[in-house]
Amino acid sequence: MTELATYNFAYLDEQTKRMIRRAILKAIAIPGYQVPFASREMPMPYGWGTGGVQVTAAIIGPKDTLKVIDQGADDTTNAVSIRAFFQKVANVPVTTRTTEATIIQTRHRIPETALAAGQTLVYQVPIPEPLRFLEPRETETRKMHALEEYGLMHVKLYEDIARHGHIATTYAYPVKVEGRYVMDPSPTPKFDNPKMHNSPALQLFGAGREKRIYAIPPYTEVVSLDFEDHPFEIQTFSQPCALCGAKGSYLDEVILDDKGGSMFVCSDTDFCEERQAAGHRGELSAPQAEAAE
Amino acid sequence: MSAATQVFEGGFTDTVLNSQEIFRALMDAMANPGRVVSVGDLAIAPSPLTSVTASIAATLFDHDASVWCDKPILASDDAIGWLKFHTGLVVTGNPSEADFALISDVEAMPSFDSFAKGTSEYPDRSTTLILQIADFDGPQKLTLKGPGIKDIEVFAPSQLPKMFMEQWAANRGAFPRGVDLIFAGQGALAALPRTTRISKKEA
Repeated sequence: MTELATYNFAYLDEQTKRMIRRAILKAIAIPGYQVPFASREMPMPYGWGTGGVQVTAAIIGPKDTLKVIDQGADDTTNAVSIRAFFQKVANVPVTTRTTEATIIQTRHRIPETALAAGQTLVYQVPIPEPLRFLEPRETETRKMHALEEYGLMHVKLYEDIARHGHIATTYAYPVKVEGRYVMDPSPTPKFDNPKMHNSPALQLFGAGREKRIYAIPPYTEVVSLDFEDHPFEIQTFSQPCALCGAKGSYLDEVILDDKGGSMFVCSDTDFCEERQAAGHRGELSAPQAEAAE
Repeated sequence: MSAATQVFEGGFTDTVLNSQEIFRALMDAMANPGRVVSVGDLAIAPSPLTSVTASIAATLFDHDASVWCDKPILASDDAIGWLKFHTGLVVTGNPSEADFALISDVEAMPSFDSFAKGTSEYPDRSTTLILQIADFDGPQKLTLKGPGIKDIEVFAPSQLPKMFMEQWAANRGAFPRGVDLIFAGQGALAALPRTTRISKKEA
Protein backbone atom coordinates (compact mmCIF):
# COMPACT_ATOMS: atom_id res chain seq x y z
CA MET A 1 0.00 0.00 0.00
CA THR A 2 1.38 3.39 -0.86
CA GLU A 3 1.12 6.06 1.77
CA LEU A 4 0.17 9.51 0.66
CA ALA A 5 2.58 12.24 1.62
CA THR A 6 1.62 13.70 4.98
CA TYR A 7 2.28 17.01 6.63
CA ASN A 8 5.30 17.50 8.81
CA PHE A 9 4.22 16.97 12.42
CA ALA A 10 2.18 20.04 13.46
CA TYR A 11 2.23 21.45 9.91
CA LEU A 12 5.15 23.90 10.24
CA ASP A 13 8.58 23.03 8.87
CA GLU A 14 11.33 22.54 11.42
CA GLN A 15 13.21 25.73 10.62
CA THR A 16 10.07 27.78 11.23
CA LYS A 17 9.49 25.98 14.51
CA ARG A 18 13.06 26.75 15.64
CA MET A 19 12.57 30.43 14.80
CA ILE A 20 9.28 30.55 16.75
CA ARG A 21 10.76 28.58 19.63
CA ARG A 22 13.66 31.01 19.96
CA ALA A 23 11.15 33.87 20.04
CA ILE A 24 9.06 32.09 22.71
CA LEU A 25 12.10 31.64 25.00
CA LYS A 26 12.92 35.35 24.63
CA ALA A 27 9.29 36.29 25.27
CA ILE A 28 9.23 34.29 28.50
CA ALA A 29 12.50 35.89 29.62
CA ILE A 30 11.10 39.42 29.06
CA PRO A 31 7.49 39.21 30.33
CA GLY A 32 5.09 41.46 28.43
CA TYR A 33 7.62 42.48 25.77
CA GLN A 34 6.56 41.85 22.16
CA VAL A 35 9.19 39.78 20.37
CA PRO A 36 9.12 40.16 16.57
CA PHE A 37 9.00 36.88 14.66
CA ALA A 38 8.81 35.85 11.01
CA SER A 39 5.14 34.89 10.93
CA ARG A 40 4.25 32.45 8.16
CA GLU A 41 1.33 32.13 5.82
CA MET A 42 -1.00 29.59 7.34
CA PRO A 43 -3.78 27.63 5.64
CA MET A 44 -6.34 30.02 7.11
CA PRO A 45 -6.72 33.77 6.76
CA TYR A 46 -5.16 36.31 9.08
CA GLY A 47 -7.66 37.09 11.78
CA TRP A 48 -8.51 33.42 12.22
CA GLY A 49 -5.86 32.85 14.82
CA THR A 50 -2.74 32.32 12.72
CA GLY A 51 -0.53 33.68 15.52
CA GLY A 52 -1.97 31.35 18.11
CA VAL A 53 -1.86 28.44 15.65
CA GLN A 54 1.83 29.02 14.95
CA VAL A 55 2.66 29.18 18.66
CA THR A 56 0.67 26.03 19.35
CA ALA A 57 2.29 24.26 16.37
CA ALA A 58 5.76 25.15 17.67
CA ILE A 59 5.19 23.81 21.19
CA ILE A 60 2.79 20.89 20.76
CA GLY A 61 3.93 17.26 20.98
CA PRO A 62 2.39 13.80 21.00
CA LYS A 63 2.11 13.87 24.82
CA ASP A 64 -0.14 16.94 24.75
CA THR A 65 -3.91 17.19 24.93
CA LEU A 66 -5.30 20.21 23.13
CA LYS A 67 -8.37 22.29 23.89
CA VAL A 68 -9.41 25.18 21.65
CA ILE A 69 -11.94 27.82 22.64
CA ASP A 70 -13.48 30.72 20.79
CA GLN A 71 -15.09 33.30 23.09
CA GLY A 72 -15.16 30.59 25.74
CA ALA A 73 -16.96 28.07 23.54
CA ASP A 74 -15.53 24.77 22.30
CA ASP A 75 -18.15 24.38 19.60
CA THR A 76 -18.00 27.56 17.50
CA THR A 77 -16.47 27.79 14.04
CA ASN A 78 -13.00 29.03 14.89
CA ALA A 79 -12.52 26.56 17.74
CA VAL A 80 -13.84 23.60 15.77
CA SER A 81 -11.71 24.31 12.71
CA ILE A 82 -8.49 24.87 14.65
CA ARG A 83 -9.09 21.76 16.72
CA ALA A 84 -9.69 19.76 13.54
CA PHE A 85 -6.54 21.28 12.03
CA PHE A 86 -4.34 19.99 14.85
CA GLN A 87 -6.05 16.60 14.85
CA LYS A 88 -5.16 16.34 11.18
CA VAL A 89 -1.61 17.71 11.18
CA ALA A 90 -0.40 16.55 14.61
CA ASN A 91 -2.80 13.73 15.44
CA VAL A 92 -2.90 14.82 19.09
CA PRO A 93 -5.67 13.99 21.53
CA VAL A 94 -8.16 16.82 21.92
CA THR A 95 -10.61 17.60 24.68
CA THR A 96 -13.19 20.16 25.67
CA ARG A 97 -12.44 19.73 29.38
CA THR A 98 -10.29 22.53 30.75
CA THR A 99 -8.76 20.32 33.42
CA GLU A 100 -7.68 17.61 30.94
CA ALA A 101 -5.89 19.92 28.51
CA THR A 102 -2.14 20.60 28.59
CA ILE A 103 -2.40 23.28 25.91
CA ILE A 104 -5.44 25.53 25.59
CA GLN A 105 -5.57 27.78 22.56
CA THR A 106 -7.99 30.61 23.13
CA ARG A 107 -9.65 33.37 21.27
CA HIS A 108 -10.63 36.12 23.68
CA ARG A 109 -11.47 34.27 26.88
CA ILE A 110 -9.73 32.65 29.82
CA PRO A 111 -11.56 29.53 31.08
CA GLU A 112 -13.62 29.95 34.26
CA THR A 113 -12.06 26.83 35.78
CA ALA A 114 -8.78 27.85 37.41
CA LEU A 115 -5.77 26.79 35.37
CA ALA A 116 -3.12 24.54 36.90
CA ALA A 117 0.67 24.50 36.87
CA GLY A 118 1.96 22.78 33.75
CA GLN A 119 -0.84 24.03 31.52
CA THR A 120 -0.10 26.47 28.72
CA LEU A 121 -2.65 29.01 27.53
CA VAL A 122 -2.07 30.23 23.95
CA TYR A 123 -3.88 33.43 23.01
CA GLN A 124 -4.78 34.51 19.49
CA VAL A 125 -3.99 38.20 19.28
CA PRO A 126 -5.18 40.62 16.59
CA ILE A 127 -3.38 43.84 17.63
CA PRO A 128 -0.55 43.14 20.10
CA GLU A 129 0.47 46.77 20.60
CA PRO A 130 -1.61 48.38 23.38
CA LEU A 131 -0.47 51.84 22.28
CA ARG A 132 -1.27 51.34 18.59
CA PHE A 133 -4.58 53.23 18.55
CA LEU A 134 -2.94 56.09 20.39
CA GLU A 135 0.26 56.20 18.31
CA PRO A 136 0.25 54.54 14.88
CA ARG A 137 4.02 54.61 14.29
CA GLU A 138 5.87 51.45 15.33
CA THR A 139 9.13 53.42 15.77
CA GLU A 140 7.38 55.65 18.31
CA THR A 141 5.61 52.90 20.26
CA ARG A 142 8.95 51.02 20.44
CA LYS A 143 10.50 54.11 21.97
CA MET A 144 7.61 54.56 24.38
CA HIS A 145 8.06 50.99 25.63
CA ALA A 146 11.83 51.50 25.83
CA LEU A 147 11.43 54.64 27.92
CA GLU A 148 8.52 53.18 29.91
CA GLU A 149 6.53 56.19 28.71
CA TYR A 150 2.97 55.09 29.32
CA GLY A 151 1.39 58.43 30.15
CA LEU A 152 -0.66 58.34 26.96
CA MET A 153 -2.40 55.16 28.07
CA HIS A 154 -3.43 56.80 31.33
CA VAL A 155 -4.69 59.80 29.36
CA LYS A 156 -6.87 57.45 27.32
CA LEU A 157 -8.34 55.90 30.47
CA TYR A 158 -8.79 59.38 31.93
CA GLU A 159 -10.67 60.51 28.82
CA ASP A 160 -12.99 57.56 29.37
CA ILE A 161 -13.75 58.91 32.82
CA ALA A 162 -14.17 62.47 31.55
CA ARG A 163 -16.63 61.33 28.89
CA HIS A 164 -18.50 58.50 30.59
CA GLY A 165 -17.88 59.00 34.29
CA HIS A 166 -16.09 55.67 34.54
CA ILE A 167 -13.41 53.72 32.68
CA ALA A 168 -15.45 52.50 29.71
CA THR A 169 -12.81 50.16 28.29
CA THR A 170 -14.38 46.73 28.65
CA TYR A 171 -12.11 44.45 26.62
CA ALA A 172 -8.41 44.50 25.65
CA TYR A 173 -8.02 46.34 28.94
CA PRO A 174 -4.32 47.28 29.29
CA VAL A 175 -2.24 45.60 31.97
CA LYS A 176 1.24 46.19 33.36
CA VAL A 177 3.36 43.07 33.61
CA GLU A 178 5.84 42.70 36.48
CA GLY A 179 5.91 46.47 36.92
CA ARG A 180 7.53 47.10 33.53
CA TYR A 181 5.77 46.52 30.21
CA VAL A 182 2.25 47.67 29.44
CA MET A 183 0.65 44.82 27.53
CA ASP A 184 -2.51 44.15 25.57
CA PRO A 185 -4.15 41.02 27.01
CA SER A 186 -5.79 40.50 23.57
CA PRO A 187 -9.51 41.34 23.32
CA THR A 188 -10.51 39.29 26.34
CA PRO A 189 -13.21 40.93 28.43
CA LYS A 190 -11.66 42.78 31.37
CA PHE A 191 -13.58 40.26 33.48
CA ASP A 192 -10.68 37.87 32.76
CA ASN A 193 -7.83 40.26 33.61
CA PRO A 194 -7.57 39.20 37.28
CA LYS A 195 -7.11 35.58 36.15
CA MET A 196 -3.85 36.53 34.44
CA HIS A 197 -2.32 37.72 37.69
CA ASN A 198 -0.18 35.08 39.41
CA SER A 199 -1.62 32.35 37.20
CA PRO A 200 0.11 28.99 37.72
CA ALA A 201 -0.15 28.42 33.95
CA LEU A 202 2.23 29.74 31.30
CA GLN A 203 0.52 32.28 29.02
CA LEU A 204 1.77 32.72 25.45
CA PHE A 205 0.42 35.29 22.98
CA GLY A 206 0.73 35.00 19.21
CA ALA A 207 -0.14 37.73 16.71
CA GLY A 208 0.18 36.33 13.19
CA ARG A 209 -0.53 39.33 10.99
CA GLU A 210 1.37 41.71 13.29
CA LYS A 211 4.24 39.21 13.67
CA ARG A 212 4.67 39.41 17.43
CA ILE A 213 4.95 36.86 20.23
CA TYR A 214 4.80 37.75 23.91
CA ALA A 215 4.38 35.86 27.15
CA ILE A 216 3.55 35.91 30.83
CA PRO A 217 5.43 33.26 32.84
CA PRO A 218 3.59 31.52 35.69
CA TYR A 219 3.29 33.42 38.98
CA THR A 220 3.88 36.82 37.41
CA GLU A 221 2.40 40.09 38.55
CA VAL A 222 -0.20 41.38 36.09
CA VAL A 223 -1.91 44.63 37.14
CA SER A 224 -4.77 46.28 35.25
CA LEU A 225 -4.11 50.01 34.86
CA ASP A 226 -6.40 52.27 36.86
CA PHE A 227 -6.58 55.35 39.06
CA GLU A 228 -6.79 55.61 42.85
CA ASP A 229 -10.24 57.23 42.64
CA HIS A 230 -11.35 55.00 39.76
CA PRO A 231 -10.05 51.56 40.65
CA PHE A 232 -10.18 48.71 38.14
CA GLU A 233 -13.46 46.82 38.25
CA ILE A 234 -14.68 43.78 36.39
CA GLN A 235 -18.09 43.36 34.80
CA THR A 236 -20.88 42.03 36.99
CA PHE A 237 -24.13 40.47 35.84
CA SER A 238 -27.50 41.04 37.43
CA GLN A 239 -28.75 37.50 36.80
CA PRO A 240 -27.20 34.04 36.95
CA CYS A 241 -26.61 31.81 33.91
CA ALA A 242 -30.00 30.69 32.51
CA LEU A 243 -28.75 27.14 31.95
CA CYS A 244 -26.54 26.29 34.93
CA GLY A 245 -27.42 29.00 37.41
CA ALA A 246 -23.80 30.02 37.87
CA LYS A 247 -23.22 33.37 39.53
CA GLY A 248 -19.95 35.10 38.92
CA SER A 249 -19.15 33.59 35.53
CA TYR A 250 -18.92 35.64 32.34
CA LEU A 251 -22.24 35.59 30.47
CA ASP A 252 -23.17 35.93 26.80
CA GLU A 253 -26.53 37.27 25.72
CA VAL A 254 -28.37 34.90 23.40
CA ILE A 255 -31.30 36.27 21.39
CA LEU A 256 -34.32 33.97 21.63
CA ASP A 257 -36.94 35.53 19.33
CA ASP A 258 -37.70 38.66 17.33
CA LYS A 259 -39.68 40.23 20.17
CA GLY A 260 -36.72 41.28 22.25
CA GLY A 261 -36.49 38.10 24.26
CA SER A 262 -33.03 36.96 25.28
CA MET A 263 -31.24 34.82 27.80
CA PHE A 264 -27.84 35.07 29.46
CA VAL A 265 -25.66 31.97 29.48
CA CYS A 266 -22.08 31.17 30.46
CA SER A 267 -19.65 32.02 27.68
CA ASP A 268 -17.44 29.14 28.88
CA THR A 269 -19.35 26.13 27.49
CA ASP A 270 -17.22 23.54 29.28
CA PHE A 271 -17.76 25.25 32.64
CA CYS A 272 -21.51 25.45 32.00
CA GLU A 273 -21.80 21.82 30.87
CA GLU A 274 -19.79 20.54 33.82
CA ARG A 275 -22.09 22.42 36.16
CA GLN A 276 -25.21 21.10 34.46
CA ALA A 277 -23.78 17.57 34.61
CA ALA A 278 -23.31 18.11 38.33
CA GLY A 279 -27.01 18.87 38.62
CA HIS A 280 -27.04 22.66 38.63
CA ARG A 281 -30.02 24.16 36.85
CA GLY A 282 -30.89 27.63 35.60
CA GLU A 283 -34.28 29.19 35.03
CA LEU A 284 -34.43 28.20 31.34
CA SER A 285 -33.02 24.68 31.72
CA ALA A 286 -34.90 21.84 30.13
CA PRO A 287 -36.94 19.94 32.70
CA GLN A 288 -34.85 17.42 34.58
CA ALA A 289 -34.36 14.36 32.34
CA GLU A 290 -35.65 11.11 33.73
CA ALA A 291 -32.51 9.78 35.33
CA ALA A 292 -33.69 6.19 35.57
CA GLU A 293 -34.43 5.66 31.88
CA MET B 1 35.17 5.45 15.95
CA SER B 2 37.01 7.56 13.38
CA ALA B 3 36.90 11.33 13.58
CA ALA B 4 34.75 11.65 10.47
CA THR B 5 32.13 9.26 11.79
CA GLN B 6 31.93 11.21 15.04
CA VAL B 7 31.09 14.34 13.11
CA PHE B 8 28.32 12.82 11.04
CA GLU B 9 26.73 10.56 13.62
CA GLY B 10 24.94 11.20 16.86
CA GLY B 11 22.24 13.58 15.67
CA PHE B 12 18.61 13.27 16.72
CA THR B 13 17.13 9.96 15.63
CA ASP B 14 13.77 11.68 15.17
CA THR B 15 14.47 15.31 14.31
CA VAL B 16 10.89 16.46 14.70
CA LEU B 17 9.83 14.82 17.95
CA ASN B 18 13.22 14.90 19.67
CA SER B 19 13.61 18.63 19.15
CA GLN B 20 10.03 19.16 20.33
CA GLU B 21 10.82 17.22 23.50
CA ILE B 22 13.97 19.22 24.19
CA PHE B 23 12.23 22.49 23.41
CA ARG B 24 9.41 21.75 25.85
CA ALA B 25 12.04 21.06 28.51
CA LEU B 26 13.68 24.41 27.67
CA MET B 27 10.34 26.25 27.72
CA ASP B 28 9.44 24.62 31.03
CA ALA B 29 12.86 25.59 32.43
CA MET B 30 12.68 29.18 31.18
CA ALA B 31 9.12 29.62 32.51
CA ASN B 32 10.09 28.15 35.89
CA PRO B 33 13.55 29.53 36.67
CA GLY B 34 15.80 27.16 38.59
CA ARG B 35 13.58 24.13 37.97
CA VAL B 36 15.76 21.18 36.98
CA VAL B 37 14.07 19.47 34.02
CA SER B 38 15.18 15.95 33.09
CA VAL B 39 15.89 15.20 29.44
CA GLY B 40 17.03 12.05 27.70
CA ASP B 41 20.37 11.64 25.90
CA LEU B 42 18.83 12.25 22.50
CA ALA B 43 21.94 13.47 20.67
CA ILE B 44 25.56 12.36 21.05
CA ALA B 45 28.30 14.80 20.10
CA PRO B 46 32.10 14.66 20.31
CA SER B 47 33.86 15.96 23.43
CA PRO B 48 33.79 18.51 24.98
CA LEU B 49 30.08 18.72 24.10
CA THR B 50 27.84 16.68 26.37
CA SER B 51 24.67 15.02 25.23
CA VAL B 52 22.39 17.66 26.76
CA THR B 53 24.40 20.53 25.24
CA ALA B 54 24.29 18.81 21.86
CA SER B 55 20.52 18.30 22.16
CA ILE B 56 19.96 21.97 23.00
CA ALA B 57 22.16 22.99 20.05
CA ALA B 58 20.26 20.71 17.68
CA THR B 59 16.97 22.14 18.95
CA LEU B 60 17.75 25.85 18.77
CA PHE B 61 20.54 26.40 16.22
CA ASP B 62 20.34 26.78 12.45
CA HIS B 63 21.67 29.09 9.74
CA ASP B 64 19.77 31.98 11.35
CA ALA B 65 21.58 31.61 14.68
CA SER B 66 25.05 33.06 15.23
CA VAL B 67 26.85 31.22 17.99
CA TRP B 68 29.94 32.09 19.97
CA CYS B 69 31.85 29.03 21.21
CA ASP B 70 34.44 29.03 23.96
CA LYS B 71 38.05 27.84 23.44
CA PRO B 72 37.72 24.15 24.35
CA ILE B 73 34.85 23.76 21.85
CA LEU B 74 36.59 25.80 19.14
CA ALA B 75 39.75 23.74 19.64
CA SER B 76 37.91 20.55 18.82
CA ASP B 77 37.46 20.12 15.07
CA ASP B 78 35.11 17.25 15.79
CA ALA B 79 32.86 19.29 18.06
CA ILE B 80 32.69 22.23 15.66
CA GLY B 81 32.26 19.86 12.74
CA TRP B 82 29.39 18.12 14.54
CA LEU B 83 27.65 21.42 15.28
CA LYS B 84 28.04 22.61 11.70
CA PHE B 85 26.88 19.35 10.15
CA HIS B 86 23.89 18.83 12.43
CA THR B 87 22.67 22.39 12.92
CA GLY B 88 24.16 24.59 10.18
CA LEU B 89 24.92 27.26 12.78
CA VAL B 90 26.95 30.40 12.03
CA VAL B 91 30.03 30.46 14.25
CA THR B 92 30.98 33.98 15.27
CA GLY B 93 34.14 35.21 16.97
CA ASN B 94 32.41 38.27 18.37
CA PRO B 95 30.44 37.50 21.54
CA SER B 96 28.64 40.85 21.42
CA GLU B 97 27.00 39.83 18.12
CA ALA B 98 26.07 36.29 19.10
CA ASP B 99 22.51 35.01 19.46
CA PHE B 100 23.82 32.13 21.54
CA ALA B 101 27.04 31.30 23.35
CA LEU B 102 28.15 27.72 23.95
CA ILE B 103 30.33 27.53 27.04
CA SER B 104 31.98 24.30 28.13
CA ASP B 105 34.37 25.80 30.68
CA VAL B 106 32.13 27.94 32.87
CA GLU B 107 34.84 29.13 35.27
CA ALA B 108 36.94 30.55 32.43
CA MET B 109 34.11 32.21 30.50
CA PRO B 110 34.16 35.92 29.63
CA SER B 111 32.03 38.28 31.68
CA PHE B 112 28.30 38.73 30.88
CA ASP B 113 29.25 42.22 29.70
CA SER B 114 31.08 40.77 26.69
CA PHE B 115 27.83 39.44 25.25
CA ALA B 116 24.92 41.16 23.54
CA LYS B 117 22.39 42.62 25.97
CA GLY B 118 19.97 43.88 23.33
CA THR B 119 18.85 47.49 23.05
CA SER B 120 16.17 49.33 24.99
CA GLU B 121 13.91 49.13 21.93
CA TYR B 122 14.81 45.51 21.16
CA PRO B 123 15.91 43.80 24.39
CA ASP B 124 15.35 40.44 22.65
CA ARG B 125 18.46 40.98 20.54
CA SER B 126 20.59 39.55 23.29
CA THR B 127 22.79 36.51 23.75
CA THR B 128 21.42 33.38 25.38
CA LEU B 129 24.30 31.70 27.21
CA ILE B 130 24.34 27.91 27.29
CA LEU B 131 26.53 26.82 30.19
CA GLN B 132 27.64 23.22 30.29
CA ILE B 133 27.97 22.05 33.89
CA ALA B 134 28.36 18.73 35.69
CA ASP B 135 25.17 18.63 37.76
CA PHE B 136 22.69 20.59 39.85
CA ASP B 137 24.03 19.54 43.22
CA GLY B 138 26.68 22.20 43.76
CA PRO B 139 28.00 23.46 47.08
CA GLN B 140 26.61 26.99 46.67
CA LYS B 141 22.85 27.05 47.04
CA LEU B 142 21.15 30.04 45.47
CA THR B 143 17.71 31.32 46.43
CA LEU B 144 15.67 32.48 43.45
CA LYS B 145 12.67 34.79 43.30
CA GLY B 146 10.83 36.45 40.45
CA PRO B 147 8.44 35.68 37.60
CA GLY B 148 7.86 31.96 37.15
CA ILE B 149 8.58 31.20 40.82
CA LYS B 150 5.68 30.78 43.22
CA ASP B 151 7.49 31.47 46.47
CA ILE B 152 11.18 30.68 46.27
CA GLU B 153 13.25 28.19 44.33
CA VAL B 154 16.60 26.80 45.47
CA PHE B 155 19.13 26.29 42.70
CA ALA B 156 22.60 24.81 43.05
CA PRO B 157 24.49 24.43 39.76
CA SER B 158 27.84 22.67 40.20
CA GLN B 159 29.70 25.47 38.42
CA LEU B 160 29.05 29.20 38.24
CA PRO B 161 30.78 31.99 36.33
CA LYS B 162 33.33 34.05 38.25
CA MET B 163 31.85 36.86 40.39
CA PHE B 164 28.45 35.44 39.57
CA MET B 165 26.43 37.32 42.19
CA GLU B 166 27.86 40.70 41.17
CA GLN B 167 27.53 39.96 37.47
CA TRP B 168 23.97 38.76 37.89
CA ALA B 169 22.96 41.79 39.95
CA ALA B 170 24.26 44.02 37.14
CA ASN B 171 22.42 41.90 34.56
CA ARG B 172 19.21 42.10 36.58
CA GLY B 173 19.70 45.83 36.99
CA ALA B 174 19.87 46.37 33.24
CA PHE B 175 16.39 44.88 32.74
CA PRO B 176 14.79 44.68 30.18
CA ARG B 177 18.22 44.40 28.59
CA GLY B 178 20.40 41.48 29.64
CA VAL B 179 21.47 37.91 28.96
CA ASP B 180 19.56 34.73 29.78
CA LEU B 181 21.27 31.56 30.99
CA ILE B 182 20.56 27.94 30.13
CA PHE B 183 22.38 25.34 32.24
CA ALA B 184 23.07 22.01 30.57
CA GLY B 185 23.80 19.42 33.23
CA GLN B 186 24.00 15.64 33.11
CA GLY B 187 20.64 14.38 31.86
CA ALA B 188 18.90 17.59 32.86
CA LEU B 189 18.72 21.28 32.11
CA ALA B 190 17.64 24.48 33.87
CA ALA B 191 17.43 28.16 33.04
CA LEU B 192 17.79 31.59 34.60
CA PRO B 193 15.98 34.29 32.62
CA ARG B 194 17.10 37.88 33.20
CA THR B 195 14.08 38.55 35.46
CA THR B 196 15.20 36.25 38.29
CA ARG B 197 16.41 37.80 41.54
CA ILE B 198 19.13 35.73 43.17
CA SER B 199 20.53 35.68 46.68
CA LYS B 200 22.91 33.28 48.40
CA LYS B 201 21.19 30.81 50.62
CA GLU B 202 22.41 30.88 54.21
CA ALA B 203 23.91 27.53 55.10
